[in-house]
Amino acid sequence: MREVAIVSAGMTPFGELWRYSLRDLFVEASLGALRQAKADTVDAVYVGNMSGGQFVGQEHLGPLLADHLGIRGVPITRVESACASGGVALRSAFLDVASGMSDLVLAVGVEKMNDGGDVTNVLATAADQENEVYHGITFPGLYAMIARAHMTQHGTTLEDLAAVSVKNHRHGALNPKAQFRQEVTPEQVMASSLVADPLRLLHCSPVSDGAAAVLLCPLARAQEFTDRPVEIRASGLATSSMALAERRDPAFLDAVSLSASRAYHMAGLGPADIDVAEVHDCFSIAEICVLEALCFAEQGRGGEAARTGETALGGRLPVNTSGGLKSKGHPVGATGIAQVIEIFEQLRGEAGERQVKDAAVGLTQNMGGSGGSSVVHIFERV
Amino acid sequence: MPSPRYWREVPARYRLEAGRCVGCGAVVYPARRICPACRGQQFERLALSRRGTVVTSTVIHVAPTEFQMEAPYAMAVVETPEGARLMVQVADCEPNEVGPGMEVALEFRRIRKEGKSGILCYGHKAVPVR
Amino acid sequence: MAGIVGYGAFIPRHRIKAEEIARQWGKDAAAIRRGLLLEEKSVPGLDEDTITISVEAGRAALERAGIDPRLVGALYIGSESHPYAVKPSGTVVAEALGVGPEVHVADFEFACKAGTEAMFVALSVVESGRAEYAMGIGADTSQGAPNDALEYSASAGGAAYLFGKPHVLAEVVETYSYTTDTPDFWRREGEFYPRHTGRFTGEPAYFRHITAATKAILERTGLKPSDFRYAVFHMPNGKFPLSVGADLGFTKKQLETGWVVPTMGNTYSGSSPTGLAAILDVADPDDLILITSFGSGAGSDSFVLRATELLPERRGRAPTVRSMLEGPRRYLTYGQYANYREKILLNE
Repeated sequence: MREVAIVSAGMTPFGELWRYSLRDLFVEASLGALRQAKADTVDAVYVGNMSGGQFVGQEHLGPLLADHLGIRGVPITRVESACASGGVALRSAFLDVASGMSDLVLAVGVEKMNDGGDVTNVLATAADQENEVYHGITFPGLYAMIARAHMTQHGTTLEDLAAVSVKNHRHGALNPKAQFRQEVTPEQVMASSLVADPLRLLHCSPVSDGAAAVLLCPLARAQEFTDRPVEIRASGLATSSMALAERRDPAFLDAVSLSASRAYHMAGLGPADIDVAEVHDCFSIAEICVLEALCFAEQGRGGEAARTGETALGGRLPVNTSGGLKSKGHPVGATGIAQVIEIFEQLRGEAGERQVKDAAVGLTQNMGGSGGSSVVHIFERV
Repeated sequence: MPSPRYWREVPARYRLEAGRCVGCGAVVYPARRICPACRGQQFERLALSRRGTVVTSTVIHVAPTEFQMEAPYAMAVVETPEGARLMVQVADCEPNEVGPGMEVALEFRRIRKEGKSGILCYGHKAVPVR
Repeated sequence: MAGIVGYGAFIPRHRIKAEEIARQWGKDAAAIRRGLLLEEKSVPGLDEDTITISVEAGRAALERAGIDPRLVGALYIGSESHPYAVKPSGTVVAEALGVGPEVHVADFEFACKAGTEAMFVALSVVESGRAEYAMGIGADTSQGAPNDALEYSASAGGAAYLFGKPHVLAEVVETYSYTTDTPDFWRREGEFYPRHTGRFTGEPAYFRHITAATKAILERTGLKPSDFRYAVFHMPNGKFPLSVGADLGFTKKQLETGWVVPTMGNTYSGSSPTGLAAILDVADPDDLILITSFGSGAGSDSFVLRATELLPERRGRAPTVRSMLEGPRRYLTYGQYANYREKILLNE
């Protein structure tokens, strides 16, 4: 396998982008990445998209996007793993370059969610239709059940949950691309309206439009495109049971744990080596469970991390410096790539007010459904 | 819920039919081809007992369109004495009463409707045992 | 002799008090309670209908009978609120009970006597030898128009009776049916609520048919009212069954066990069958029991039953009617009731 680097990135703002269509979003992010690298074409594209078909009625994204990016003829593969589609698109691009099959490959994530569709129902297609959705469960509902299990087993509190939202909003306020650039207080979080008890509105990531793109090439050729490439040291992908009821411990995300151990093993690194991480905080409880599964916190102790400031900017291990899904926004297919962009910028020292000092090694974790799939990548400054 | 997709699930939904793996004894609900515990492919049918204990739960306040008039409603993962786990609504109680450890019975209920003119879809819901 | 080998009832746990309905319409609750002898009524949840009630009642009947459901050769459901206009309730119920596919299934409608009609046919199938066991169910989520007298009574519930020959819990001593064409109450296809003719539903309809059927079955069996330990008549409100019972020579003591209407309401096709279930919940061996239903349109079915030694030992296998009436209940506001009865409409 060849060593692979990311050499450039492009991203739209995240938010309710009424004037942008799915194709506009894709083109803007992709063009950003191509321009930064001064490249005009690529050998292949992998696009992560959860549900163009249901959000905007558009499938068959490959030719549509090639056409609109002005690169007709280039192979484009659409990758789907629900909210982990972006992360899995990066992995696909990584494997393509590492294998020697292609040199210059774009990994893009895109989702257009605000287009009049029934978002709750579309997102629910990432859960088990026959055994979960049939009975009236929603995504916030599944994570609320995870939260209640975590609270019952480990004594995690409503304050712990609120602290995650507060921290990520504080980070997001510093991110010009974020959907919600304002801080929130624990009181505001705990007084926001109930969505699925115990989760309230301010525990939930928003409905967002957006796209993000990164350009990959063999590490050996990276200098042609940038003087500060970031190496992809490892990629770990794992699955777990689709239905939450099937998991013996609903408060433990097995797929995250497995994807992380694969990535740590591949990189020859451990949790202690990570300087900055972007993790999948679709709901505040998710960040808590993910920290445990990534071994950033002991099992059952993830709730303390945000409350004690350990995962805030300036803490021992800053997590979700971008604002996370909570504050930056969560256009589902784009999220996995946007996480990578935050780490790319952190490792290049370009994160501005959000910069983690001397960050050399970063990690992204992107999750599908209620934790049925998870993909972890580890990056290192070159 | 298109009618064929609904119809296919009738044994599990109406009678709580599960499979017991001949190899390792794991109870799999609904029945499937391969045992998730031991990958065995031989199953015997059994009907789950219509009772269980809440493992974890929530109260849905923002509901899918089809369930809007029922909100707020409780949902739970319920474990039956056979060890099978089901995602179900918990009915006939104040939703906030439901929590881990609660003993429930499973009763036959209408779960959803396909609009005003489509099929009616049935299955089981939990109700607290008092 | 054929008889009842299993029985079961189901009553939804939601309730609304007569006061709450009266408050909504500015009516005098005390006068209604006095006039109709109604305290509260059961209300189906948004997830309950004739099918779900029938399944739960049918399961209880199978529990008490302790037989393999596949031996049930016929299943009939009487209701005036079958959830589908076209497509049987009985197919869902049969599948859920594990009855069939080798089974004869039909949905019946005869206003409030559809339940005893289903029982009558199920019994006949067993007596004829066409099936070893047959089940007849009466269940309804009764409709009553808002601010109509029926709104205080129209409720939800039902009872299931499994008939067979061996191991009967109550023998069927005699049956009798009496039918005329009397348009006292009806609901046209596609209409939400039934219409009724006020006081015409009384003497020429309810009283005439119940009296004729009951007198005839007494004559056929050579029994007199005092031979019975219990009797139950269709219960459109609290007053009518006590009144017709008294006219026929039955005492309050004979009637009160099956008189479930004050706290259950009128479950239409499920009304007298549920009253009978409440009697079977307490009857002693050899007790004679009379049931006479009434269905608008109009007709009455009468059954004379005799409890057996097996009844007391089997009835504990499923919940009693009184335990459902007096057990955990949820009282609704009129707003919640309006939602549960799907009177709040949304866009498609």
